Amino acid sequence: MTEFLQQIINGLAFGSILALIALGYTMVYGILRFINFAHGDVFMLGAFAGFYLAPKIATLIPLPSILGGLAVLVASMVICAALGVLIERLAYRPLRRSPKLTVLITAIGVSLFLEYTGQFVFGAAPKKFPQILPVYPIAKIGGLSLNSNQVIVLGTTLLLLFVLRFIVLKTKMGMAMRAVSFNPEAAALMGVNTDIVISFTFALGSALAAAAGILWAVNYPAIDPLMGILPGLKAFVAAVLGGIGNLPGAALGGIIIGVIETLVSGYVSSTYRDAIAFAVLILILLIRPSGLLGKKEVEKV
Amino acid sequence: MKIRHGQFLLVAAAAIWLAGCKPASDSGATGGDTIKVGEFASLTGSEASFGQSSHKGTQLAIDEINAAGGVLGKKIQLITEDNQSQAGQSATVVRKLISSDGVVAMLGEVASSRSLEAAPICQQSKIPMISPSSTNPKVTQVGDYIFRVCFLDSFQGGKVLSGFAHDTLKAKNVAVLKDVKSDYSVGLAKFFTEGFTASGGKVIAEQNYSSGDKDFSAQLTAIKAANPDAVFVPGYYTEVGLIALQARQLGLNVPLFGGDGWESPVLVSIGGQALDGDYFSTHFSPDDTSTNVQNFVKHFKDKYGETPDSMAALGYDSALILADAIKRAGGTDGQKVRDAIAATKNFQGISGVITIDENRNASKPAVVVTIKDSKIKFVETIAP
Repeated sequence: MTEFLQQIINGLAFGSILALIALGYTMVYGILRFINFAHGDVFMLGAFAGFYLAPKIATLIPLPSILGGLAVLVASMVICAALGVLIERLAYRPLRRSPKLTVLITAIGVSLFLEYTGQFVFGAAPKKFPQILPVYPIAKIGGLSLNSNQVIVLGTTLLLLFVLRFIVLKTKMGMAMRAVSFNPEAAALMGVNTDIVISFTFALGSALAAAAGILWAVNYPAIDPLMGILPGLKAFVAAVLGGIGNLPGAALGGIIIGVIETLVSGYVSSTYRDAIAFAVLILILLIRPSGLLGKKEVEKV
Repeated sequence: MKIRHGQFLLVAAAAIWLAGCKPASDSGATGGDTIKVGEFASLTGSEASFGQSSHKGTQLAIDEINAAGGVLGKKIQLITEDNQSQAGQSATVVRKLISSDGVVAMLGEVASSRSLEAAPICQQSKIPMISPSSTNPKVTQVGDYIFRVCFLDSFQGGKVLSGFAHDTLKAKNVAVLKDVKSDYSVGLAKFFTEGFTASGGKVIAEQNYSSGDKDFSAQLTAIKAANPDAVFVPGYYTEVGLIALQARQLGLNVPLFGGDGWESPVLVSIGGQALDGDYFSTHFSPDDTSTNVQNFVKHFKDKYGETPDSMAALGYDSALILADAIKRAGGTDGQKVRDAIAATKNFQGISGVITIDENRNASKPAVVVTIKDSKIKFVETIAP
C-alpha cells in the first residue's frame, strides 16, 4: 500500500511538470490554431537561462533560498517571453497568410534550429543545474517520501492555471485573445490589434515553458540542449488527451500521463511505459475524439 | 521527434549508400608520408566525458610517437570524428573515415553499443579496429579484425562486482536497475546476476530504464519496497547521478554500485553528496606509483591540465598497441597489421600488462573505488 501511494505521489510530481509544459502548448493552440513545436525547446532555453542566471542572482540574493529561486524563475520567464516574441516576429509573422502546413514545418525548423544552436552554444554535454531552492522533506509518514520541490511544482502548475484562466477570461487582453481565436479578420475589423495579441500569446506561452524548464531542472538537475524533445512530445500528447485548446484539460492530461507512466514503470516495466501511455491516448481519443475536456461548443481560450 | 528522426535516417542512409558506391581509395594511405589512423569518439552528447577523455589519451600517445620519430619513418595522422553519443552516427562517421579519408586502422569507441555499430563495417573493409574501453563481449565477436585493450564485462560483472558485493559489501539481496537501451548495461547486469547467484546471493528486484530518462522514482520506489542490501546500477554517469539523487530523496539509503560506466567528473557534479558510500569498478587508478603510470599522469597533466582517468589511459594504450603492431607488421597492409595486433604479448601499457588472447581480448586486473565527499578513493584491486 505504501509503495502504491508513493508511486501515485511520484506520478503526480512528474505529471504536474508535464501539465505545466502542456499549458503553454494548449494556450498557443487555443488562440492561434497552431501547434508550436518549438515549445519544448523554449522549455530547454528556460532551463539554460536559469543555469546562467543563477550565479549572477546568487551575488545579490544568496541561493538556495525561496526568494532567490523565485528571482531565477521570474528572470528566466521574462527572458523566454522576449525570446518567444522574437521567434514569432522572425519565423511565424512573415507566414501569417501562408497555409497552416507551411507554418507547422517552420515550427519544426525553429525547433531543430534551437536544439542544434543550443548544442553549439551551450555544448552537448549535460550540465549540473545549481540548487536554487532549499529542499525540505514534507512527509515521512509510514515510509512515504514527499519533498518541498514536488509540492512547489504541483502548486505552481495550479497557480499558473488559475492566472492563465484569469488573463484569458477576465482581462481586456484576454477578451482580445478570445476574439482573435474566434475570427482573426473580424477581430481586426473591430479594432483589435492582432499582431500585438499574437505577440502577447507567444510571450505568455514562452514564459510558461520557461517556468516548466526551471521546475524540471530543479527536480532533475542534469540539463542538456536536447532535453526539451521528449518532455515536449509528452506534453503535446497530454494537451491532446485533455482536449487541445482547453487549459484545465491540459493540466489534467499532463497529470494522467505522468501517473500512467509511473505506474507502468513501477509495476509492469519501463520498457512498455510509452507504449501503454500512447495506447491509453488512442483509447480515450476513440471514445472522446476532442479529448477529455474538449467540447465542441464550450469556450476555447 | 520520431518523424524527424526517421527523415534524418533516410537522408543519412542515402548518403551512406552514395558514399559506399565510391571506390575505396587505399592508395593514398600507404603512398603518402603519413599513416592515417581513424578515431570515432563521443566528443559531444550524453557520454561526451568518455569520448573527450579517451580522445585526449589517444592524441597524447600519437603526439609522443610522432615526437619520437613516428612509425616506419612516417608520422601518424589521427583523424577524429564525433558521433555525438548518438545511435546511428558511428556507422556514418566510420564509413566516411574508411572510404573518404582512407584510414589504415580504426580506434574507438568507449560505449559498447557504438563499437558494435562500427565493428561490422571495419570487419567488412578489413580495417583493424581496436576498441580502447568497450567491455561488452559481443564487440570482439564481430570478427577477426576487431580487438580491445580492456577487460570484459564477463570479468567485470561476473567476477569483480559480484565478488565485491558478496565479499566486501556482504550483501545477500541485491536489486538491479539497468539501462535496457545499452548493450553494455544489459550485458553487465546479466553477468553480475549469474556471478552473484552462483556465489549464493539473490537478485530480488530487477528494474529497467532507457538512456535519456530523467525520472527514476517509479523504479526506485519498487526497488525500495523489495528492501535490498545494495543496488547494482550498471549504467552511464549522467543517469547514475540522477538515480543516486532520487534514491536518497525516496529514502533508499543502501549503497549503490556499478561498473566503469560511472567514471566521469560529471557523475559527482550531478550526484554530489547523494553518491557518498557508493562504489564502482574501473580499469586504472592515477594513484598507481609505478614510474610509467606516473610519467603518463605527468605528461597528461602538462598537456591538458587535468588528471587522466581510465578512459584516457585506455585511449593511450590503444594507440600505443596499434603503433607497435604497425611497426612489427612493417607496413600498413590490413591483414599484416591485424596479425601483428593479434600477436601482441606482454605489452607494458599504462592500464596494465596487455596480452591479446585468441578471442582478441585483453585480460587485465580491475580496480574497485568508492566515492567519499565527492572524491574517488581506491578500495581494492581484483586480479583476473
